[in-house]
Amino acid sequence: MFKLESPLDKNSLLRLKVGDVVQLSGIVLTARDKAHLRIIEHLRGGRELPFELNKAVVYHCGPLIKRDDNFSLNGWKVIAAGPTTSARMNECTVELLDHVESIAIMGKGGMGKSVVKAISNIGEKGGAAVYLAVTGGTGALIAKSVKNVKTVYWEDLGMAEAVWVFELENLNCIVGIDSRGNSLYSLSNSDK
Amino acid sequence: MVRYRDVVDSVVELLEIAETSLDPDITTLLEKAYENEDSEIARFNLRNILDNVKIAKAEKLPICQDTGIPVFYVEIAQNFKLDFSIRDAIREGILIANEEIPLRPCTVHPLSRENSGNNLGEHLPLIYFDCLEGNQLSNSIRISVMTKGAGSENVSSLKMFLPSQVEEIPDYVTEVVKKAGGKPCPPVIVGVGIGTTFDGSAMLAKKVLFKSVLEMNDYERKILKKINGLGIGPMGMGGKTTALAVLTEIGHCHTASLPVAVNIQCWASRKASMEVNDV
Repeated sequence: MFKLESPLDKNSLLRLKVGDVVQLSGIVLTARDKAHLRIIEHLRGGRELPFELNKAVVYHCGPLIKRDDNFSLNGWKVIAAGPTTSARMNECTVELLDHVESIAIMGKGGMGKSVVKAISNIGEKGGAAVYLAVTGGTGALIAKSVKNVKTVYWEDLGMAEAVWVFELENLNCIVGIDSRGNSLYSLSNSDK
Repeated sequence: MVRYRDVVDSVVELLEIAETSLDPDITTLLEKAYENEDSEIARFNLRNILDNVKIAKAEKLPICQDTGIPVFYVEIAQNFKLDFSIRDAIREGILIANEEIPLRPCTVHPLSRENSGNNLGEHLPLIYFDCLEGNQLSNSIRISVMTKGAGSENVSSLKMFLPSQVEEIPDYVTEVVKKAGGKPCPPVIVGVGIGTTFDGSAMLAKKVLFKSVLEMNDYERKILKKINGLGIGPMGMGGKTTALAVLTEIGHCHTASLPVAVNIQCWASRKASMEVNDV
């Protein structure tokens, strides 16, 4: 089992091989359909994002969060926070990957061929990207690894679509696509 | 007479059962799959699933953050009388469940994509009304709910076959599961509605998911075997278990048509059913 800390270190990403079990800790950003569209808008317009994508973990997740002032200082309690289907973000991810040097994308179900190719391209340019898979439908279990909600961006997109900043502790995941573009999904994901 | 409050309370209770506890028959099949898989990665995913089911049940937490879109089935016995709108009672039950369970606001306008914020909206929740079978003369109603996540719903499919293509149905069902790959959170449960009409087949494909996954007929077992030969495995990461069960429901159809609908259900099949009686 590999330990991985976020913000990410490029060399740790390069060490990971497809099928490895990874224990992830540190900061992750949730982002799904609407947040991806807004990220792309910013990148295309050359506008600065309110968060840093480089060395980040982008988690395809629309969490279930409850406001509970007794629970924490900012009143957010994560009830369930499993992954959403990553393939919906295929197109945006290809574009996003063009703007970072090191990154981990985390979700479920794998990603299309274009993303696998973009991941290999980052490696060829001297960077590193990986796709980490967490078990779909295990929202209650994964919520146990969320130690803290640091903040939220773009709350106007709604609970499921906002960018939540989680602090994770020891979340077990599997390397689904490694930095060289080896994929566990060659049999199951035929998307472009 | 069954009171408004009885229906509201039943709806809250049904949603809580559906969202937080998995059908024990499905857990049985997941445990079997865990024993049967050789791949460490398949076992990793199945172990997480089984751990998650335990935590959700013990702590009354939603199994999955995608608490889904609720679909209701209301079956009414012959002597049942009411003096209120069942639709209003169901909607109020959802509003309470939103806070109590809690549920994630999942429903948006289909074009503007604006979230209604309360899991209600135009034509939502869907409510199917039918006659109560088996206990026709009682004065009760049976309310069932299925809360369906989008990952599995998005890869569902419907095809209008020619009457001469009966033999092609098993391959079509298998192809739908193959194309879905890891997206619907396999191992999945495959609901198949065969016959009736365009809309009827889709309704049957969903409603059949209430049936026990432990009682398959030979036709269903044959399709299941084909599907599990695909090797997609838990979460699409390879393995022997792509589906836990195939459940089919047949309805007569027009002599010129053969509608077939496949409703894919993730392993986290969230459903509950209860009879509400006059007390």
